[in-house]
Amino acid sequence: MIRKQRRLVLIGSSVGVLALAAGLILYAMSSSIVFFNSPTDLADGKLAPGTAVRLGGLVKEGSVQRGANLAVRFEVTDGNRAIPVTFVGILPDLFREGQGVVTEGKMQSDGVFKADTVLAKHDENYMPKEVVDALKKQGRWEEGSGKPK
Amino acid sequence: MIAEIGHYALVLALALALVQSIVPAIGARRRDDTLMAVAGPTALAQFAFVGLAFVALTAGYVTSDFSVVNVFENSHSEMPLIYKFTSVWGNHEGSMLLWVLILSLFGALVAAFGTNLPSTLKANVLAVQSWIAAAFYLFILVTSNPFLRLAQAPMEGRDLNPILQDLGLAIHPPLLYIGYVGFSISFSFAIAALIEGRIDAAWARWVRPWTLAAWMCLTLGIAMGSYWAYYELGWGGFWFWDPVENASLMPWLAGTALLHSAVVMEKRNALKVWTILLAILTFSLSLMGTFLVRSGVLTSVHTFASDPTRGVFILAILVLFIGGGLALYAWRAPMLKQGGLFAPMSREGALVFNNLFLTAACATVFVGTLYPLALEVLTDEKISVGAPFFNLTFAPLFVPLLLVVPLGPLMPWKRGDLLAVVQRLMGAGIAALFAIAGTLAVTSGGPVLAALGVGLAAYVMVGSLTDFAERTGLLRLPLSTALTRARGLPRSAFGTMIAHFGLGVSLLGIVCAATWGTEKIVSLKPGATVSLRSYDLSFDGLVARQGPNYRETIAKFSVRQGGNVIGTMEPAKRSFQARQSSTTEAALLTRGASQLYLSLGDPGDDGSLAVRLYHKPLVLLIWIGTLIMFIGGGLSLSDRRLRIGAPKPARSKSTLQPAE
Repeated sequence: MIRKQRRLVLIGSSVGVLALAAGLILYAMSSSIVFFNSPTDLADGKLAPGTAVRLGGLVKEGSVQRGANLAVRFEVTDGNRAIPVTFVGILPDLFREGQGVVTEGKMQSDGVFKADTVLAKHDENYMPKEVVDALKKQGRWEEGSGKPK
Repeated sequence: MIAEIGHYALVLALALALVQSIVPAIGARRRDDTLMAVAGPTALAQFAFVGLAFVALTAGYVTSDFSVVNVFENSHSEMPLIYKFTSVWGNHEGSMLLWVLILSLFGALVAAFGTNLPSTLKANVLAVQSWIAAAFYLFILVTSNPFLRLAQAPMEGRDLNPILQDLGLAIHPPLLYIGYVGFSISFSFAIAALIEGRIDAAWARWVRPWTLAAWMCLTLGIAMGSYWAYYELGWGGFWFWDPVENASLMPWLAGTALLHSAVVMEKRNALKVWTILLAILTFSLSLMGTFLVRSGVLTSVHTFASDPTRGVFILAILVLFIGGGLALYAWRAPMLKQGGLFAPMSREGALVFNNLFLTAACATVFVGTLYPLALEVLTDEKISVGAPFFNLTFAPLFVPLLLVVPLGPLMPWKRGDLLAVVQRLMGAGIAALFAIAGTLAVTSGGPVLAALGVGLAAYVMVGSLTDFAERTGLLRLPLSTALTRARGLPRSAFGTMIAHFGLGVSLLGIVCAATWGTEKIVSLKPGATVSLRSYDLSFDGLVARQGPNYRETIAKFSVRQGGNVIGTMEPAKRSFQARQSSTTEAALLTRGASQLYLSLGDPGDDGSLAVRLYHKPLVLLIWIGTLIMFIGGGLSLSDRRLRIGAPKPARSKSTLQPAE
């Protein structure tokens, strides 16, 4: 093989691998991305039931009910609308009423959000950024103090 | 007083860094030995002053001097002594101080041990290293000064985030930082080579040990972080594809590619331009990792505080060094002379294959990590890219890479015969087939994909040993002959073999723990028993205990297998008064390389307790494999060739390029 051919093989295989990577990314993007929604977004019913989404907001005060066999029911609110959420399992350490929370799951046809995961937080001061933005949209975020009104 | 000394030392380090940024570079240009000789002492003095600043901050923590804001916010007088030391870097300011400490340490090491470097290269490398250092000293002094005082010293501190009060965390950041920052040396060497406009095989030989040392520490640092997340976060997972994890994985992938391309450059004088680019990219990814983690763009346990000025400052450093490095590359790289030729089927070809797939895998992680951020800035749409995305993109790119891992060391340089090499890998192929058949038989036809994964792991492990077995004549010649031959092999050959073997071990752990792990979440009353696999755990009751700065409730469990007690497990919930927060301490019971994992949930009103129980088969192999990789790297690092240092490069015509 002469130098030019060798270089061609090299460039050809590089382009091939990059194309493969790009193809994989595009395929994965179309099938495995989860969108974030605020309670207001979900309550408006823009979403078809059965789509996996993230729902974030504050755990409504006084809404947490524990049932048998680790079933939990609570409401997630952004101050405007509240969405009932059901979850079975162990809640993270910092799950509390009035605190920010992000859940991932599916909206059911009866208007109840069935969560597969409730995301843990690392720090008591930590508020998920998505939740902050959702609260800001409803004018329920106190700038500067880093706390909901 | 001590804090002021620390602050002053840091200012002096900045002044020294500015001198070291300029004087040696001018010296290298004018070929003035006196000016170039400035670099060595300033690099050592810089390290001494940053060391002094670090000691000053540590002293503040150890003596619980709450008049220092940083200590007040992150320490507590009742905290155990070990955590007083580790909380120095358990916050933004302190961790940046650790960052520059390691940066100046690497500069000092080059100054002290780079005696065989050509004087102009050494002067330029130290100057470039100092540009980076100066930028970060300025960043600390302007936006993140750890030595600020409070007018009125409070009586008690606010305590360290409880989740960070852990031994794993004591080791994870320094290791990770040595890795991140170690790549700055490769970067400095690359920039110095571009400034000088010449580069040869000797360059690669000088860069390789630094890159290797950084890579080893990064490998172990990532593994530590993953093990910490595994037992401390209480979910039993070892890798979450969290953006912060990805930020450390990207420099690792690029650094691994750099390590392999530097071999080609050293041995065959080829791939020079590509190696330089990889060196720049690897450190750029380290810088980007620092930016993502420290700027508050991502919220996670690593984001201690988000102050917008800091983000902007780090972004400026990022743009300056990445942009400047790549611009210099675009300008100077075409002047570098291309080196040795090779056929596609050769060891060089195999290493190019490695580089292509590693960088492509790195690119998919890059897109998956930054795409959500970019999308949010551009369209205000929020998405999350999680494990499914990475499993779909990263895994298919890594499988071909793993298939070629044992192939590379068996391929001859320049031109090879694929068929002959494949024949030599027969043993590995047979081992893989046995592993697949065995797995399918034991799991009664369990997931085929996972069985193939086990086969791949067996192939990588046996394949890595093939080269060694052939070169020593193991199994073919008498054992004593083989041993004599093994003694004659260079340590770098052992290093390659062991590191590749470790990769196979980690893969086996990942496949097994991810596929055959079982989980049970139940609510238990004292006296009740829960069973998982062949284990029966009985809940013996709750015990309260007072720790140094927390109160904990321990659930006592005894574990039985076939009626015999094999151990006890004591998961706990700790509540920290100072921060009004709690952590869950999982209990682990190790059986061989497998683990039982027990973590607590909330107590119910009726005295019952929610528990989460996992059985993780062979999970420890994941981290044992990375430890093996680390050892392989260490063996390679101790190779005589690298230890003694490279001979002086030929000062003759053909291989060298004039500066101007």
